[in-house]
Parts: sequence; structure tokens; C-alpha cells
Amino acid sequence: MHPFGLSRAIDASTAIVAHADDPQLAFIAGGTDLLGLIKDRAASPDRLLDINGLRGMAQIEALPDGGLRIGALARMSDVAADVEVRRRFPVIAEGLLFAASGQLRNMASIGGNIMQRTRCPYFRDGDDLPCNKRRPGTGCAALTGINRTHAIFGWSDSCVATHPSDVAVAFASMDANVIVRSRTGERSIPFTQFHRLPGDSPERDNVLERGDLIVAVEVPARIEGRSSHYLKIRDRQSYEFALVSAAAGVATSARKISSVRLAMGGVAHKPWRLTAAESALRGVSLDDANALRAAIATAFAEARPLAHNAFKVELAQRVVLRALETAGGRA
Amino acid sequence: MSEEVKTAANEDAVGIPRREFLRRTTLVGGGLAVSQGLLNQRSGLAPTPPIVATPGATGPTTMVRMNINGRDYQIRLEPRTTLLDALRDGAGLIGTKKGCDRGECGACTVHIEGRRVLSCMTLAAMQDGKRITTIEGLEQNGQLHAVQSAFIEHDGFQCGFCTSGQIMSGVAMIEEAKAGWPSAATTDLSTKITAADLSELEIRERMSGNLCRCACYPNIVAAIAEVTRRG
Repeated sequence: MHPFGLSRAIDASTAIVAHADDPQLAFIAGGTDLLGLIKDRAASPDRLLDINGLRGMAQIEALPDGGLRIGALARMSDVAADVEVRRRFPVIAEGLLFAASGQLRNMASIGGNIMQRTRCPYFRDGDDLPCNKRRPGTGCAALTGINRTHAIFGWSDSCVATHPSDVAVAFASMDANVIVRSRTGERSIPFTQFHRLPGDSPERDNVLERGDLIVAVEVPARIEGRSSHYLKIRDRQSYEFALVSAAAGVATSARKISSVRLAMGGVAHKPWRLTAAESALRGVSLDDANALRAAIATAFAEARPLAHNAFKVELAQRVVLRALETAGGRA
Repeated sequence: MSEEVKTAANEDAVGIPRREFLRRTTLVGGGLAVSQGLLNQRSGLAPTPPIVATPGATGPTTMVRMNINGRDYQIRLEPRTTLLDALRDGAGLIGTKKGCDRGECGACTVHIEGRRVLSCMTLAAMQDGKRITTIEGLEQNGQLHAVQSAFIEHDGFQCGFCTSGQIMSGVAMIEEAKAGWPSAATTDLSTKITAADLSELEIRERMSGNLCRCACYPNIVAAIAEVTRRG
């Protein structure tokens, strides 16, 4: 493994300044993604700054208005087990429980989870294959290679990778905010604007700059939160990344949809919100599967499958429908 | 560690199993400090844990103090040394296995402060002051842990390479269920979970981070199910 120095952050301000001033420094919390990247030579920081000791960043708070504030250092397993998270936003608890394994969920932090990098095998597997994310300017081997697990929305000729996080899809569906602290103060980034599309610079996964520290994810109170569901379809039943996943939350009146929130995972470089389908679904009965299907299809007009993943277009629509129906059953 | 070094001095080197030999050679670097620790114990000073070192360091090292299986250790290692390598090559506890070394197989599962983690994806230097439990620490006063006995009873292994990880994972997983933690196999997240709710499906889901190339899964599940039934 690439050698690095390791120090412990005492307070957030010092950590932020250190990160801003040193391009070879990386924050480490759970380390479950970063150490894998270093072992696979997809990252080579010279210095790691252990942020686990930063105070007040591991709390899970049920806000009085019905929302949540999840500290960036809270562990996936603690968030998934939290009674208020489970009650208010089952989609978030499920997004966490369907990810990784019991061991990894005990280690991985929420901030690190949304920062994790793609599982594209061309990115992870070595230095010999072209990958603009791993080595900018070398091309994208997946574009014309084996791209069964890759994007069907929003990709560019530079990169067809997908974002691997499950809970990020749940957060995006509920319009959560990423709370980021920097030298200039604290700001709130809407979750759907946190991750980027690859465009010409796929080496950048998200909008964070040097000297930015994620301190929390805030989920505002949502009427659709309690009747929500996360459905994940993968090549094996457990401990595997999504081929396609869907987060759905719905509010109804006499089984008719009054408002709905939908996002998909495994289909793009970021959690993919289905805004067109959300509008088309308003007023549709949860018992009218054909109407639901037609409304969901409106979000797939812009789907652009690659050579090996055309199946995702049909699969994703079925996954969204089933997630919506299950969420509706909780309404 | 001090006992092991004493044993090494008293025994003929001929016929030492390869593993034991490797373990002794890795201790050479810490020899002086070990003697100091023994001296302190004899003179009645507060016992200083012996210092051991992981071999092959090429850069700056740091000292990590950990309580492993109830014993204090001081291990000198590089910041990049994983907890797995620190346990095996530093503390000489080779019960914890290195499978994939990428967080994909679960063979390296240990407990930190009672929680199951993957030691291959954990930096030892970040565990200073922590309480670690490995497979060697499950047995109490000569009595195997209930999960260990159940694995023997139900033939929960063939080649045995994944077994310590399976057992460490199983022990912690039962505690997680006792604490009311749900899993992806839990159909109603609003209900309170108990260890008695661990169906075969629940056990399989909760143990999915531990792979077994011999595919002893039915026996592993049976072993864990028996422990949860007995409570």
C-alpha cells in the first residue's frame, strides 16, 4: 500500500485549514472506501487526517419538526437502527440496510458513504486500462467495453460510470441537504446538486472543493417520508451493489397520489430523480398499475442505454413501479 | 507476548512448525523491549506491555497501544499497517485470516469495542486505546464460546479458512439482534427485533458479509440458529 502519514484532527477548523492547504491530504473516517482505493492505487494521498475525534459530528437527531439531522460521522448501522429514522423515513433505513455488510455498516460513516467512488471495474482494476476518472485524459474503456452495470442516463463520452451509494438515492428522493463547513463558514447543498454528471471532468464526483468538510446530512420533514420504500435489484441477493434501485415516497388521498418522490440508483453518475414521472403521477390511483406504468415511462424518454445494459431501461421502470406500490402500501 | 518469547528461549528450534517459526522471527525486533517488560514485572513495577513490531517497515513508524483479548499490547507499526496485519504479524494472533484484503470476504472479521468490523479495511494506528477481540479471545476459562461449540457440532466448516471470521461475525450479529437492530430481511422496520426473531432468512442476510468457498452455508446457519434458539 502507498505509504502515508497519519494524524488526528483535534477540531473541525484546524482540519478544514489543513485540507484546504494540502492537496495531498485526505480526510479519513470509516476508511472502508478510501483504503480500498489506496490498495487499488486509485488514490495515493501522502497524508491522512483522522476526523473520527471531531466532536458533535456523530449524532443522529430527530428534529422537532419531523426532520432529521444525521451527523457525518454517524455510522451506517447506527443510523439504520435508529427508531426515529425507521419511523420517519423507512426509505433511509432500508437504503442503509440493503448496502454492504454488517461489518462494513459498523465502520462506514454517512459522510464517507456519499463520498464513495464508483465501482466501475475499469476504474477499480488497474492502471493499464483507459479511465478518465482514474487518470484524466486516458479515455473511457467502459464506453465501448463491458458496460452491463453502467449508466443509462446522463453519461458522456468521457465516463459512463454510476454512483454506488444506496442511501444517497434515498436522500436524493427526500430532498435532503448536505451541510458542508469550509473556511468561509457553513453552507447547505441540496442533495440532488451534490453529485455531478461526468461531462468533461469525470474525475470530479461531486461539487466539493478542497477545504470542504461534510458535517451532516439534513432531511427536512416530508409528508411522503413515512410511506416510503427502497428497493434494490442486484446480481446476488445480498452484499452486492445495485444493478438498479429505486427510492419511492408517496402521499395519498383515498388511494390517489397527491404527491410522490422518486429517485433511482445504478443508472447514472448521481442519484437520478424522476421529476417528469413525479408530475405525471399526481392524481393517479395506486390501484391502476397501467396508469402508474405509463406515468413512470415519461421519465425514461431520455434514457440512453449502452451496448450491454439496455435491459436496465425495462428493469428500472419495473423497479420504480414496485417501489412505489410498496411505499403506497405503507400510506 | 512475553510468555511466547520465554518459550522460544527454552525450546529447541528443531521441529518448530513453520507458522510458529515465522511468528518467533517477527518478534526479534522487539526483543530488547520484551526483556525490559520482564524486568519490570520481576521488580514489581507496574507491568509494561511488551513492545512488538510488525516486520518489513520501510518508513516512519508509530506506537499503538491496544487491549487485545484482555491483554495490553504495544505494537510499533507504520501508519499504513492494517489492524489485520498488526494482529497477525505484530501481536502474533494468527487466528484472524487474510482472505481478499479488500473488504469483500469477511475472513478478517474481529470486534472493536464489541462491534464486528473488517480488520483488513481498518488502520491499526487509528485504534490506539481500543479494546479488540479476536477468535483467540472468545474462549473463557477453557470453555468454548457457544457459537464455537455450535460450529463444531453442526460441521460449520470444511477447509476452515473463513471460520474465525464467520464465528466472530456470528457472535456480534446475535448481539446486534439482541440490541434490536433490523436487517434488510426485516419486513417491518417499526417492530422491535429480538434474537428470537432470527429466522433462517434473517441469519443469511445478517451473515452475508462472510463468504465461504466450501459453501458450508447451511451448516453455518444451523449453528447460529441453534445458539439463538438456546438464547
